[in-house]
Amino acid sequence: MSLVLEGFLNTVALTLLSFAGALLVGLLVAVLRVVPVPLLRGVGAVYVEVWRNIPLLAWLVLFVFGLPEVGVKMPLFWTAFTAIALYEAAFVAEALRSGVNSVASGQGEAARALGLSFRQSLRHVILPQASKRVVQPLANIAIALTMATALAGVVGVVDMTRAAQRINLELAQPLLVFTGVGLCYLVMAAGIGFGARVLERRLA
Amino acid sequence: MFDAPGPRSRRRIFWVSAVSVLVLAGLVALGLRQFAAGGQLDADRWRPYLTWPVWRYLLGGLWSTVVAACATGVLAMAGGLLLALRPNRFTRAYAEVMRTVPVLLLVYVMLFVLPSFGVNLPLFWKLVVPLALSHAASYAVIFRAGVSAVDPGQREAGLSLGMPDGVVTRFVVLPQAVRHMTPLLVTQAASLLKDTSLGYVVSYTELLFNGRVLANYNGLLIQTFIVVAFVYLVVNLALSRLAHRLEAARARTAR
Repeated sequence: MSLVLEGFLNTVALTLLSFAGALLVGLLVAVLRVVPVPLLRGVGAVYVEVWRNIPLLAWLVLFVFGLPEVGVKMPLFWTAFTAIALYEAAFVAEALRSGVNSVASGQGEAARALGLSFRQSLRHVILPQASKRVVQPLANIAIALTMATALAGVVGVVDMTRAAQRINLELAQPLLVFTGVGLCYLVMAAGIGFGARVLERRLA
Repeated sequence: MFDAPGPRSRRRIFWVSAVSVLVLAGLVALGLRQFAAGGQLDADRWRPYLTWPVWRYLLGGLWSTVVAACATGVLAMAGGLLLALRPNRFTRAYAEVMRTVPVLLLVYVMLFVLPSFGVNLPLFWKLVVPLALSHAASYAVIFRAGVSAVDPGQREAGLSLGMPDGVVTRFVVLPQAVRHMTPLLVTQAASLLKDTSLGYVVSYTELLFNGRVLANYNGLLIQTFIVVAFVYLVVNLALSRLAHRLEAARARTAR
């Protein structure tokens, strides 16, 4: 039973922490992709393409087994966290960018016509309108991230899916164990969806 | 988002670029030094990846990846079509469950649960069936979006010409819907291709699993997985380039 709890807590912790990390890095990358400096836009684009076109499992394997060989030693949980956060950051960056792009271009032009600077028009005109449009895409990313944390189990983190598989070996109650774990994921996703709806209403 | 830069902002852009080049170069140098310190940059450790047998093995893995992705794609599209054509409580619940439950959990069910009920599929299907079950839900979403993107006037026009409902769907709505959704279908194919890396778990000899075998054999862990990651990158970049092209073509013709 303690294994179940450990797995559940690890999944929740990994989800929350990596989503926070992904938001932070994703915001940075999204900013890189819209600044007026061509070189930085290129850096942002390369980041997004490289991270999201390689499977997360390949990243996890590379990080967990590869980093120690180049002398970067971290606890397993934090290595998995780093890989997941950096991977999902690419998707967050794309969601944020398309949110910003979805604001009608006339809005930005109007702001500039009024003499607002780049930063002012972003702060007072673009971002307030973009923010409510990115809530739903970000919630979808959060749900995908919850599922993605299961892959950390493959490289050794005892997450919920991994725990289910181990318990099943001992208990031989497959239906019960796997249905239970599936329900846990459903509940987490429902929680994220609910949070997103509340947030969306606040911003509207 | 910003005006064409004047002389002052051009100067600022120049300086920001210069500083970021320095910062980037510093980061790359730091990373390279870290790699070199562990001897990971030695030519000996990279030379095997210039030889044909290694590439034949990896490309064989890529071929299995593509086969698995195609099989999954066909099954998932068929499932998605069924789900999209019959929107009811069951299909909606199915889509909701598949959107939230990790594919890995389904794979484990295939690996550890079903055999105890006497269902023991070959390795290939242990990978393909869970992937297809999960991706069917995504395809259903794409199909539904594609059909609803067709102007309702098109269907009405067909009906008013006296065509039966099925004929309108088959010859008027679907051809236009397909054009709307091809870019999304290609994007979905890339995501499918990435998900076949779960073959690593079921020991199906696809690209990532072959990478593991190769790394165990020659002990060149970092090099092997960097090369494997690079192959994934190239294939998926080609797919996303294709999606981009199709999107552009659609934007040109849709008017």
